[in-house]
Parts: sequence; C-alpha cells; structure tokens
Amino acid sequence: MLGDYSLTDLSSIFVMQGFAGLILFSVYTLMALGLAIIFGQMGVINMAHGEFMILGAYMTYLCSGFFQTHLPALFPAYFFVAMALAFVASGALGMLVEWALIRHLYKRPLDTLLATWGLSLILQQAYRTIFGPREVGVELPSWLIGSVQVTDTIEIPINGMFVMAITLLITAGVALLMYRSRFGAQVRAVVQNRPMAGAVGIDTEKVDRLTFGLGCGIAGIAGSAFTMVGSTGPTSGQLYIVDTFLIVVFGGAASLLGTIASAFSISQTQSTLEFFLSGSTAKVITLLAVVGILMLRPQGLFTLKVRR
Amino acid sequence: MAESKGNGLQSALRRRLLMGLAGVPAIALMPRMSFAAGPATATVNTTGLAVTDTEVTVGILHSATGTMAISETGSIQAEKLAISQINEAGGVLGRKIKIIQEDGASDWPTFAEKAKKLLVNDHCAAVMGCWTSASRKAALPVFEQYNGLLYYPTFYEGLEQSKNVIYTGQEATQQILESLNWVAKEKGAKTFFFIGSDYIWPRTSNKIARKHIENVLKTKVVGEEYFPLGHTQFNSVINKLKLTKPDVIFTDVVGGSNVAFYKQLKAAGIDLSKQTLLTISVTEDEIDGIGGDNIAGAYSCMKYFQSLKNPNNEKFVAAFHKMWGEKTVIGDVTQAAYLGPFLWKMAVEKAGSFDVDKVAAASAGIEFKEAPEGYVKIHPNHHLWSKTRVAKALPSGQFEVVYESPELIEPNPFPKGYQ
Repeated sequence: MLGDYSLTDLSSIFVMQGFAGLILFSVYTLMALGLAIIFGQMGVINMAHGEFMILGAYMTYLCSGFFQTHLPALFPAYFFVAMALAFVASGALGMLVEWALIRHLYKRPLDTLLATWGLSLILQQAYRTIFGPREVGVELPSWLIGSVQVTDTIEIPINGMFVMAITLLITAGVALLMYRSRFGAQVRAVVQNRPMAGAVGIDTEKVDRLTFGLGCGIAGIAGSAFTMVGSTGPTSGQLYIVDTFLIVVFGGAASLLGTIASAFSISQTQSTLEFFLSGSTAKVITLLAVVGILMLRPQGLFTLKVRR
Repeated sequence: MAESKGNGLQSALRRRLLMGLAGVPAIALMPRMSFAAGPATATVNTTGLAVTDTEVTVGILHSATGTMAISETGSIQAEKLAISQINEAGGVLGRKIKIIQEDGASDWPTFAEKAKKLLVNDHCAAVMGCWTSASRKAALPVFEQYNGLLYYPTFYEGLEQSKNVIYTGQEATQQILESLNWVAKEKGAKTFFFIGSDYIWPRTSNKIARKHIENVLKTKVVGEEYFPLGHTQFNSVINKLKLTKPDVIFTDVVGGSNVAFYKQLKAAGIDLSKQTLLTISVTEDEIDGIGGDNIAGAYSCMKYFQSLKNPNNEKFVAAFHKMWGEKTVIGDVTQAAYLGPFLWKMAVEKAGSFDVDKVAAASAGIEFKEAPEGYVKIHPNHHLWSKTRVAKALPSGQFEVVYESPELIEPNPFPKGYQ
C-alpha cells in the first residue's frame, strides 16, 4: 500500500502516525490512572469507573453552558474551571460512595464488582433522567479546535496535544503524591498491611476514603478532557471501561509504572496495527497479544514484591 | 354439481340458512345505530385482538433505557404524537387508540420477550417499534409466530420482507444509490473511502455502495475500514485518509463512535468544506451530540430532514415542538416512526377490520399524502416508495437540502447484482 507515495508524503504520515500513537497513549494513561489507584492500590474492582468519568464530562458540559450565557468573556478559559469542577464533583461522589458502599466490602473484594456494577447502572439512569437520553454536545473554546501546521504536510491536532499535556501533569502529580508525600506513604502502608498500618496510628478509614475519592476525581478529569475527543451521553462511560481494566490488569495491578508501560505498549500496538490493517482486526490482534502475555505473566508486566 | 341433485329437505335447510345469513348485516348495523361510533366489534375483530366498542390497543416497543435510548426516544415521541393526533381526529374505525408502552432496554432478547407480551397478553392490534436491526431480527419470529403487525421505522440494510412487518424507513438501495450518483455527478468523485462501525448494517450498506461504485459508476474504492462499536480513537484512520486523499469519505459509523470520529476529523484539520464527506448515519439527532461546528459541510443522505420546506412538514414540526419542546430536533427515523400509526389507520380503514391478515393484505397500495416527507405509498413488498435527499450539515445543527430525487424510488430489499 505504500509503494505509490512520495518520500515526503510517507515521512510526514509516519510523524503524524507517531503522534496519533502518543495521543492514544495519553488517552489510555489518563483513563487508567484513576483505576490504577482504586483497583491497583485498594483492590476495589470499580465497574462504575466509566460513570465517574462521564460525571466529569457532564460537569464540563454544564460549565460550558454556564460560561456561554453568563461569562462569555471568560469562555476561552472555561476548560480549566471545568476540569477542577469535574475533579471535585467526581471526587466528592467517590468519597460518598466509599462511605456508603465500598467500606463495607473491603473484606469481600469480589463483591465490590457487583456492587459497583449496580452503581454504574444507577448512575447511568440518573444521568438519563437529569440530562436526557440524547448525547450532549460540549462547545469548545476556539483555541482548542483545529491543528498546528508543522510543515506543509504535517498537522498535529491541538486538542490531542492538550490531552498529552494534561496527562503528563496529572501523572507527575500522582507519582509525587504516591511516592514522595506522607499521604502516599500512608496509602501504601494501608495497602500492604491494613491492621499493622492501623496499629502504628494511621487512620485507615480516612486514608481509604481519600484514596478512593482521589481515584474518582482523576476519572472526572479524564472524562472532562475526553469531551474534546469523544461523546458525552449517559452510557458513554461504558465505551472506556473495558480498555481501562485491560490496561490496569496488563500493567500489573499494584504498579503505577506498570500502568504507564502497559498503556504505552497497548496504544502503540493498537495505533500501528490500525494503520496497516483495519480497525476491527487491529483490536482483535491487540487483545490476543494481551491475553497471550497475561497467560505467561498472570501478574501483569510489573509487580511489587510484597510478602503475602 | 352435487347441489342440483339435492332433495327438498336440504333445500329448505339451505333456504333457512340463507335467510339467517341475510340477517347478519342487519345485526352488524344495529350497534352502529345505537352507538353511532363505528362498525360492530364482532365484525372488525374476529381474531381476539384488544378491540372494544370504544378502544383499540396499540403497542409501542422501543428502548427507553440503555445505549439505544439516545436514538429511540425520538421514535417514541413521534409515535405518541401521531397517535394523539389520530385520536383527536376521531380514532380508527370510531375507536380511540390506547397505548401500551414497553421498554426494550437496548437488549435484543428483551425485545422478543416484550413483543410476545404485547401480542399474547395485551392482544395489541399493531405494534410500533424496534430500532436496530438486531432488535428487529430478535422480535421478528415472535411477530410471525403470533401473527402480530410491526411498524418498523429505521432505515436499514434490506434483505428482509415479512407479511407481519411494514418498513417505514428506507432500505439500503433507496438511501445509497441515488446519493452516490449525485456525488459522482455533482462533485466528479472518482475515489471513495469507506469507514463504518463493525456490524451488519454498515457492512451490507457498504457492499451495496461498493458494487454500485465499481460496476455502475466505474470508479474506485480506495479503502474500507470497520471499527468495533464504541470505538473512540480514529487518529490512525484519519492519517490513512490523509495519505490516500479520497474524493469522497463515505461513512456509516454509529453511536458514541460517531461523535468521536467527527470531533477528531475536525481536530486533525480535515476541512469538510473542502473534503467531500457523505454519510448515511447522521441525522439531526446525531448532530446534537457531535456538535454542529464539528460536522458542518458534511453531506448526509436520508429521505427526511427537519428543514424540508412543505406545508405537511411545517405542520408536523410545529406539532412536534408543541408536544415535546422547542429544542427537540427531528431526524429521519423520527419522521418515519410518525408515519407508522397513520399507515396502520389507513390500512385498517381500507380493510374495514383490525384483523392482522386483512390489514396486512390491505396495506399494499396505501397512499399517505400528508406525510411530512411528502407523498409516500406502501409497496407490495411492505416497504415505502419514497424520495431520497442529500443535504449539507450547517453549523446550527440543521441541514440544507441540496438534492432531491425527482421521482419516488422503488424499494428493492433484495437488489439483484448488489449482494
């Protein structure tokens, strides 16, 4: 298929394809970060992760409407407010859910699967009742639309680069929080040995609640960012959930680095295959590869060495 | 011949029987005189449907919950509007329509189960419902087994015909061929790139489109790509578009993927005012989610657009907005769903009966002159004769019709040479 094209054509396509892969990598990382904290660190199988993302998306939608009618002058900057709001809303809902539902199930991790799945159905129907069953369109500020013309033939979508920047920031933030802060040390202590952590004076309930809230909040930010590239409807969250779990499980549940490595390998495989084969075939091959590798390494790419 | 040799006793018996039979029409007329409503229930309903002297029950079977609620809500609204208008005008054969609504919940086995409930428990005289081909395929055996009548509103891939279904949307050849001719003639298109969601409707539609492009138009398909339902990342295929530079991008992507596709197309700098894009899966409903700015300039081929200028449509749009709010948009399928109750009413009145067999037999040839899309007529194959239109998406989320087929197009669900 490549024989008929000139060298400049081909090289610019390769550059753009490289960026397509990086954008997909950012999207996957952003999607999976929240779950990596909740599933990876806390062991809660959160099937409602997608719905927390969509809550963030709806916050962005509300925010864009509010700024358009009341503060049109600040509209270009509304996206940052929207993301902050998405973090707070999803985080708050997350803490509420943790208090009402999850904390009773820490000793029965498999039951969290059913409970959060039920929660996801409840949230979907709630969105449908509040926002209507149709998808909503989120108006973007004009500076986020379009692409940067690097050379005559190379164009990079701006919103893709924006997602990359957000992902970088948030990943760095989470890494600092988890591995360089007191809170992070507490979280890791609770994960490794709950009774012992409690015995040395860590308020494990509070740590749990904050961790769950943090994971949900990051999901909210991801949802907010995805209004630029995806759809916003009551069931849009379902579009992400399978990929998200795939990445976290493939990466090795308890490792942040693993999540990033797995998002990278899956996104690059996917986007390269998509270019050379067709979309459905690319997905099939990617999934087969993941299944194959998980059969050889059931614990995922990276694992913590923890005494069980 | 045996009758002529009958003896006196038999003749007398026959005479009395004949007299009795002569009395039947008189009996049938009596309730009409006393109620002045319509023909007697016993004569218009011989198969035990839920028809009383004042009421007839009709089912509505769509997804009010789940993924498909996005699309099916419009159909429910249109069907309720049509039924309320029919009731205001006096009902069907003097009987008001009573609605029993069931939720298919975007789950195909549920459609079959609810269809059975509507037919077996509720004895619905007709059912307006189903949306996706999968839900129709699931419910079809039920309608055939229990001899129900389904009015199906969605444009679909064809390759189906049933006594028990009236297809009020277009089948694939009606929708596709005329618009391909248009784009070849108007835009001088020579190369096409297909992008679709990976299931039966896009695949069948694209097969028909490919045959037409290669065999009739004698031009070329340079790419054909399918993505799983719910796929949200299209950057790779967009790069392929940039490489192959097709004259026309031909798309049938559906659902959430649709929204993602157009957003990313726009972000990647593909300008739809320069690049021709022809879609058979975007109506006003979808643009609501995609955003008018993201898709402005694309061409959609459908039989109906909300912006059609004719008195029927203006009346329909006004009534729809009055019932469901000014902001609701009306897409192709919503209009097709609106036709169902009227087509059923006319067939019932032509047959003079609610019996499904008689209504189905009377359906061929029914003409509906007040349809918002303009004149339509039911073909003996139970699909509609209709026009096809090509329209350009505007930033406002509405369409501007740029082409309309001069004649009604004959429905051809089993197209020869296209399979």
